[in-house]
Amino acid sequence: MARAAVQRRLTWQPATVAQVRTETSSARSIVLDVPGWPGHLAGQHVDVRLTAEDGYSAQRSYSIASAPELDRLELTVQRVPGGEVSPYLTDIAEAGDRIEIRGPVGGYFAWRPESVEPVLLVAGGSGIVPLMSMIRGRAAANSRVPFRLAYSARTPDDVIYAQELSRRVRDDRGVDVAFAYTRGTPPGWPRPPGRLDAALLAEVGWPADFIPAVFVCGPTGFVEAAANLLVAQGHEPQRIRTERFGPTGDREAAA
Amino acid sequence: MTTDEREAAQDFQAPRPGDGWVDGNEAAGILQEIFTMDITTARGRCAGCGRVAPMAETRVYDHAAGLVVRCPDCDAVLLTVIRAPDRAFLAATGLTFLEVTLPETAGSGFTGA
Amino acid sequence: MAIVTRGFTGRGRRDVDLPPGQYLTDDFPVLSAGPTPRLNLDNWQFTVTSESGQRVSWTWSQLRALPSETVTVDLHCVTRWSKLGTRWEGVPVSTLLADVDTAADFALVHSYGGYTTNLPLEDLLDGQAWVAYRYDGQELAPQHGGPARLLVPHLYLWKSAKWVRGIELMHEDSPGFWEGAGYHNYGDPWREQRYSGD
Repeated sequence: MARAAVQRRLTWQPATVAQVRTETSSARSIVLDVPGWPGHLAGQHVDVRLTAEDGYSAQRSYSIASAPELDRLELTVQRVPGGEVSPYLTDIAEAGDRIEIRGPVGGYFAWRPESVEPVLLVAGGSGIVPLMSMIRGRAAANSRVPFRLAYSARTPDDVIYAQELSRRVRDDRGVDVAFAYTRGTPPGWPRPPGRLDAALLAEVGWPADFIPAVFVCGPTGFVEAAANLLVAQGHEPQRIRTERFGPTGDREAAA
Repeated sequence: MTTDEREAAQDFQAPRPGDGWVDGNEAAGILQEIFTMDITTARGRCAGCGRVAPMAETRVYDHAAGLVVRCPDCDAVLLTVIRAPDRAFLAATGLTFLEVTLPETAGSGFTGA
Repeated sequence: MAIVTRGFTGRGRRDVDLPPGQYLTDDFPVLSAGPTPRLNLDNWQFTVTSESGQRVSWTWSQLRALPSETVTVDLHCVTRWSKLGTRWEGVPVSTLLADVDTAADFALVHSYGGYTTNLPLEDLLDGQAWVAYRYDGQELAPQHGGPARLLVPHLYLWKSAKWVRGIELMHEDSPGFWEGAGYHNYGDPWREQRYSGD
């Protein structure tokens, strides 16, 4: 790894908000211009620091939503009620504002386009964000690796990237998406509201003997339950990579 | 936990939801400053129970006076990081070793022989 | 020099009457280095052990039968938040040490769950410390250290050990969990003794 690249990752870098985009009533995407950003691996995250005029600062971690690219990256942030940093990013930040980021961070929960095995993505709520980086990265790399996504959300209105996911299922060739709605379903939905369960995972996921790479992301409870279901279905624990968001005190879940 | 997060946690039946901890990916940023490399794939051996596992699988209590990284099996403290404005304190007495992947170079391997 | 972000103020308020580097908060943040111990009051015990091995113990009902005080104190956490005017009820540590025969200068405080913290014995006496079991008019909640925690408000809050289970008196100072990890051995907020070497 080039020394300069390593040192860049360790220091706070200025980032300018280039664009903001509403995703749902509680989530917003923020495109950041970061001169010299070397790109990242799909699934990695950054630390974000905000500093007030009197020097007070707060920092949180957010998963990168975009495919790897130079000089620019995108975050998707979900507003945590009572949070300190997320409400600023979802409600106040606008194009031209400056924040600081450090990273990219985390090589464990990452998908590399050189991989050939099929990929199973399991998302709970805002856990979709790093997995979306993988789906977007797959397209950017023109990868033919088959991807399947099981995405659990409360209601259809809570699904982030809904239109883009439909488009990719239609156009990207090799991406399949299935939803589980825990609180409210779309009209005509064949199943009542309910949590992601073994039956749905078996139906939409890869069989364990395909030896897929599995990435699970979401709130801690969701991740533990999903990982247990997957292991029960025969997936090797070492093939399942997990990333848990929150919840503790006022630590904010990454979107 | 906020109401939203509590509801989210109850949506998914978990045998034992995280009791204030998040997984080792969240320690990556601070540890990267000290180790100047991504530590999440490094494997550590717990001085308490002998478990060897990637740092990403540890339990990180990041809402304490400092960062506390615990063994997911036996809960022993593996390492702590205190971040002061201009320095950091790393205490790693709970790890008997840390194994880090490095690029292979010809003739590498120091045995002291 | 950090970039200042337009429109960001953060949650804390800053106030000039606080120890250096602190900001005022209305919340009571929960900081935890590990899982919250789930304790059974039937088994709960508080033990003072002297340097000679003498032990004095109280069960929960014995502790609650001791004369208690209600005090209002300010809390200063090394993570920079301060909470003023907090109301606690508990037993002064002096009461618990009254019948202990000791020439020790130092104390190591032990908590359920394995946490430890150290301080000079004299900092536990003379109205400076309590074993507290009620906060803000209610029984102390587990996430804030219940059923009982140590309360030593003149030092940074990491010295106010949650889920306290005993005090060990010692001739020599022995660093506790955070002191060994890099925080200051004494921790006076008014001299901003946060880190080792300060």
